[in-house]
Amino acid sequence: MAEVSVNNVTKTFGSLKALDDVTMDFPDGGFFALLGPSGSGKTTLLRAIAGFIFADSGTIRIGDQPVENVPVEKRDIGMMFQNYALFPNMTVSDNVGFGLRVRKVGAAEERRRIGEALDLVQLGQHGDRKPHQLSGGQRQRVALARAIVTNPRVLLLDEPLSALDKALRVDMQFELKRIQREIGITTIFVTHDQEEALTLSDKIGILRDGKMIQAGPPRDVYSNPADLFTATFLGEANILDALAGEGADIKIPHGFPTGGTLAVRPENISISQTEPTANGLSKCQAVLERRVFAGAMATCILQSNGNRIKVISRDQDIPSDVAEGDRLWLTWPVEKTLSVPSGRH
Amino acid sequence: MSANLANQERLRIFGLLSPAYLWLTVAIFLPLSAMLYFSFLSDVPFGDADWHHTTKNYQAFFQTKTYATLLWKSIRLGLTVTAVAVLVGFPCAYVLAKTIKGRSREALFLLVILPFWSNSLVRIFSWAIVLRGNGVLELGLNAILPFQVDVNLMFSTPAVVIGLVHSYLPYVILTSYLALQAIDDNLIDAARSMGANKLTILWRVILPLSLPGLLAGAVLIFVPVVGSFMEPRILGGRVGTYYGTVIEDQFVAVFNWPLGAALSFILLAVVLLILAIASPVLKRAQT
Repeated sequence: MAEVSVNNVTKTFGSLKALDDVTMDFPDGGFFALLGPSGSGKTTLLRAIAGFIFADSGTIRIGDQPVENVPVEKRDIGMMFQNYALFPNMTVSDNVGFGLRVRKVGAAEERRRIGEALDLVQLGQHGDRKPHQLSGGQRQRVALARAIVTNPRVLLLDEPLSALDKALRVDMQFELKRIQREIGITTIFVTHDQEEALTLSDKIGILRDGKMIQAGPPRDVYSNPADLFTATFLGEANILDALAGEGADIKIPHGFPTGGTLAVRPENISISQTEPTANGLSKCQAVLERRVFAGAMATCILQSNGNRIKVISRDQDIPSDVAEGDRLWLTWPVEKTLSVPSGRH
Repeated sequence: MSANLANQERLRIFGLLSPAYLWLTVAIFLPLSAMLYFSFLSDVPFGDADWHHTTKNYQAFFQTKTYATLLWKSIRLGLTVTAVAVLVGFPCAYVLAKTIKGRSREALFLLVILPFWSNSLVRIFSWAIVLRGNGVLELGLNAILPFQVDVNLMFSTPAVVIGLVHSYLPYVILTSYLALQAIDDNLIDAARSMGANKLTILWRVILPLSLPGLLAGAVLIFVPVVGSFMEPRILGGRVGTYYGTVIEDQFVAVFNWPLGAALSFILLAVVLLILAIASPVLKRAQT
């Protein structure tokens, strides 16, 4: 196990800056997500940490060792690929044991550790199968067992769950987290699924156009987005810039940057039929355009001064006699207002 | 209704298959049957020749050691040419499939296919010009090297091997290329991430996964080389007497078709036997 630190790493492919002065720390034993739209450089960063590509400039350290000039096979990492990349000609056991055999740990030790790793991913009985005889979820577990069996210093996951269907994916998220906690390995994973990033990680790094836009604990990044892109990429945000109108009272939070943008998350807005009187609330009026029932939760789309506002709340919190076309009051606590610096976006 | 549909389906399949099988029947099965019949005759049944049924053509193979010796020589030639072609062709296929992308790959492919497009006689005689004493190879080497060398490979076994490898190399490159291209690059990355060096990756991942293609190419080379006669005759000269040239002699020079046919079928049987013995190994390699 080891910490990983990436400092001022730049990588260009032809004229494309895939990584542009990227810096991020990955403390020992943590679970980290690299999040961004496609082409943002998140996979390039992961592959630079893995050692498949070498940065043009900047430093990467794993533990105390600078690894800029160390090729992947000498970096002592474990990696899981999007399509699992299991060797189709080998059994599950041979797949898991590949790295051990390369390290020449001896037959008995090899068997013991393969058994342990397969038990850890709950596939103890499947060692003799070939990959094509397994389900998608099982293959994913084999890939995980194979990546961790050598006790690598860091575990790198390249969109590990994207090939699974929704229900299985949620299961595997918990499973992944459980195993990561159990062995305490520093884990960095790439995803374009923001919910997955928020659920799993201790710290997320948001990338866009090769730049690290923001890095921090999920809650911090979610409630204090560094720019408009982050605010809208990580969850949804209603932009409040042009909100005004009759009775509107939009309070600007303390320390709001000049020239910034005001935004509020859909789940932080409450709906009421009468004008609220409580202090410390921002408020405005809006016309209900559509109300979408989704079991426990409901989504409302409203119009206010030509702005589209989305509200997500528990269905029972919305008065039942509210009808589409009604003029309603929206309120939200001032401290839930996102103040987004707009300069960088 | 569904039986009707099934019938239509069967008719469609029949319609698609029959041209090929009709062709094979006319072009291969019928002449081959005729040859099989000839091989049991005492003389060619043309004109006023006197002929009767006999097995003496097959007995002839076993009566002198010459035929068996030549057959063994041809099989050794087949193994040598196949081995050289695999050693030369597989690395080439690997680079084409995994390293080079885009237009330069197409250009290199063209060079690989080129032997297919040139007439085989032209090809062999150009080798003769290159390999003979005072030929292109010798002149070229002497132009580069500071000392004088004598290169006269003409009428030797190496000349035969060089000519045959040139003719059949595209087979092993093409079949290996297809197999190698089907290997997911992530598998190689995965092996590297687990600490495997290039040799381990070649031995434990790439070679096992591309073996079906490699073996298909090897078989495609081995079989015709064992029966080859043109390259041995032109490039081998006096040492170029092989099983294939003896068969050719029976048809072209001696006009003893029945013996030539019998020798051909013995060759066919031996090749099939070799493939049958090898097939369990081939099958195991594929799973």
